[in-house]
Amino acid sequence: MYRQSEILDRSGHDGYMVINVGPQHPATHGVLHFVITLNGETIIKLEPHIGYIHRSIEKMCESLNYRQFVYTTSRMDYLSSHINNHACCLAVEKGLELEIPPRAQIIRILMDELTRLASHQLWWGSMAMDIGALTPFFHAFREREMITDIFEDTCGTRLTMNYMVPGGVMADLHPDFQQKVKVFLKQFQEKLPEYDELVTGNIIFQNRTKGVGILSKEDAISYGVSGPTARASGVSCDVRKLYPYGVYDKLDFKEITDTGCDTWARYIVRMEEMRQSIHIIEQLIDNIPDGDFQAKTKAVLKLPKGEYYSRVETARGELGVYIVSEGGTTPYRIKFRSPGFSNLSAMETMVKGGKIGDFVAVMGSVDLVIPDIDR
Amino acid sequence: MWSLENITKSVDSWLNLQFSPTIAFLIEAVIIMVLVIGLFAFLGLVLVYMERKVSSFMQIRLGPNRVGPMGIFQTAADTLKLIVKEGFTPNNVDKFLFNLAPFIVMVVAMVVLAPFAFSKGFQIWDVNVGIFFITAVSSLGVIGILTAGWSSNNKYSLLGAMRSGAQIVSYELSAGLTILVIVMLTGSLRISDIINAQADGWWIFKGHIPAIIAFVIYIIAATAETNRAPFDMAEAESELTAGFHTEYSGMKFALFFLAEYANVFIVCAIGATLFLGGWMPLHFGENNWFNTIMDYIPGIVWFFGKAFFLIFVIMWFRWTFPRLRIDQLLNLEWKYLLPISLFNLLLATVIAITGWHF
Amino acid sequence: MNKEELKIKLAATFTTAAFDESGQWLNMTVPAADWLQVAQLLRNFGDFPFDYLFCLTCIDWKTKLTMVYHLSAISTRDTVVVKVDLDRNNPEIESVAQIWKTANFHEREVCELFGVNFLNHPDLRLLILPDGWEGRNPMRKDFEDPVNMIKL
Repeated sequence: MYRQSEILDRSGHDGYMVINVGPQHPATHGVLHFVITLNGETIIKLEPHIGYIHRSIEKMCESLNYRQFVYTTSRMDYLSSHINNHACCLAVEKGLELEIPPRAQIIRILMDELTRLASHQLWWGSMAMDIGALTPFFHAFREREMITDIFEDTCGTRLTMNYMVPGGVMADLHPDFQQKVKVFLKQFQEKLPEYDELVTGNIIFQNRTKGVGILSKEDAISYGVSGPTARASGVSCDVRKLYPYGVYDKLDFKEITDTGCDTWARYIVRMEEMRQSIHIIEQLIDNIPDGDFQAKTKAVLKLPKGEYYSRVETARGELGVYIVSEGGTTPYRIKFRSPGFSNLSAMETMVKGGKIGDFVAVMGSVDLVIPDIDR
Repeated sequence: MWSLENITKSVDSWLNLQFSPTIAFLIEAVIIMVLVIGLFAFLGLVLVYMERKVSSFMQIRLGPNRVGPMGIFQTAADTLKLIVKEGFTPNNVDKFLFNLAPFIVMVVAMVVLAPFAFSKGFQIWDVNVGIFFITAVSSLGVIGILTAGWSSNNKYSLLGAMRSGAQIVSYELSAGLTILVIVMLTGSLRISDIINAQADGWWIFKGHIPAIIAFVIYIIAATAETNRAPFDMAEAESELTAGFHTEYSGMKFALFFLAEYANVFIVCAIGATLFLGGWMPLHFGENNWFNTIMDYIPGIVWFFGKAFFLIFVIMWFRWTFPRLRIDQLLNLEWKYLLPISLFNLLLATVIAITGWHF
Repeated sequence: MNKEELKIKLAATFTTAAFDESGQWLNMTVPAADWLQVAQLLRNFGDFPFDYLFCLTCIDWKTKLTMVYHLSAISTRDTVVVKVDLDRNNPEIESVAQIWKTANFHEREVCELFGVNFLNHPDLRLLILPDGWEGRNPMRKDFEDPVNMIKL
């Protein structure tokens, strides 16, 4: 992190202006700090400074057992908490060689996709807000509210769900679950064209996003970018397709890629992903098998000595959970490969040469969640 | 037609009867000052409330609904809060300019009000260069914004002020050229002449295509000149936190806030005067039954009705559109609006000379 | 390609490496001195260059530090895990930030949390820890912070 004097020293001598965007700034959606060097309005250099919300979850997990550590991960990417939990459970189950009951499998996928929808809705609203349209945010929240209500019924909470446990899910579905999801799907499908009318078709929005924030395919791979951000650069990296987990290999859905490489492509990829998520939920919602929602597990889980890596597709990209076990009840070392961290490192490439307004648009399209970067 | 003209005339003659002309003039000036300040307070309260209600309507929510019936006292409560707040001046700012800036912006907005005709004969100063006076004085407002941005000793403020300067100076051209279209058609710069010329129909109906083009361009330029979304580059809260008034708080911030709404009202009132006939009721042709019915509605209602309709349109823009980028904003002006309005002025000249308008 | 085939292909190039097939993916342990050369070869490896570094981390084994690089080839989806053992008292390794750009940030993170010194790194400053943090590396097993750490 910079000391204040360092920032002051560098400004003024070369005609450039250094401004701090963050740690508290409307564009960063959290405590992210960018030091931006400007020539007029053109961005010369951008340096991210992170760590304002670092809780060292990895260190914490080293003293938590395999049932407990799952819950800390809800606090990483709080917009995809179900998916984070899922990744941890997959890693533990890989070590225990557990068979998950089919009902739990389906419930997990349903929850994952609902989370993805909720996350993308929030992204849509906040990206439009970054670009200056304040109204879409409220429209997005109208539908997002329905999803959080569904989560509240089944999981008891609305944001950090902690619903998935090694071996299945914590509790059975709420009796109203199917009906509520269907109501939500119906409404959301009606409103999705409205989203397009409000933002996608807007000429100002298109001018603000097209050709802005170019991330070439080579750079995307080299920076380890994943998720919709990478797919908009033409990199096929959907973990659900390439390394299927759960029942994704039996489902019919498309991996959305685009070769636009710009902010507009990232926008389009995410919008299409919402449609694919709806399609996945539609396939599953009437086909939830009866049976157990949790496999029988021992009270104290012990992973055999070894290394376990599981990867899932969160709303932002590829989340990897790397567990090194020494055979005890707690992980010896745990590493979360968070999508935001790698995506953040590609920010400078995307915004260099653009205007401040472009920076904000790119920030919106990459959809960074700060606790996910800091962990 | 019922009008405020009689009241102003009787007050004037009574004062002249009682006192010497100089004293009467001074008393009238005080009355006008009170009225203008009263109007500004009224505009601040009404427009902020209106903005909130319009935005909540667009954003599928309720808006203010707790303070008073329908939340109508919300803005009064906000004003009270702003008044009792500490008038904070940060360290290392240019204290004189920092404190002066909000007053420049506010005073300019008040001075512009002078040649406006609110109703028949209800006008502060019917000067023969009325519309020229308005455009000349209203462009001084940018000095206040630049002063605020420069003296704040804040990079966001500076960027916002520079953007605002570039933007207002550019869009003034289009606004001026569209105003010239109407001046061309009327043949006078005097506000009362412009309004009287619309007694048989508003310019937007009478003026053929040039007036319609001019109206559309004027609304765009007016939105840009008042720094409102989609042209709110000077504030751009997601980019520059609050732009030129980042460092202001309390009543000084409130003055900027109030000046913004006053300016919105002013540009909309100009638009209403030039294109929609000011206080002139909706007339078609010479004396007929339709005009007689319309005459029963007082001029002041017409004037404020038209102005508030345009204000609603501008608010509608704000809550619907995303924001432009600064280079796109300038491109729009210099590459599209300016050539179009120049050509449009030519067209209007041809129409005015040949007398093709109605 | 399964682990066996991948091992044969890689073993032909990397003679000094030790292979381990027990895990999920093929593990390859190389000496720290060879790492930069190995990385360059992997990045340009024949018809399936390992161009996607998706995880970079370090493990503190109390006696030594182990750098772990998860590499994947976008073209064929082959994955290899490269491990490099480092001396715990003076951990030094060549930076690969020039080869995979994502390593830039990941190495900065490892540097401050484990105290690994990356040679020839373009910008090895503190990333997460606050200003003026010196010496102590929080993710090491012997790190103690009596104020902020709560023992369970």
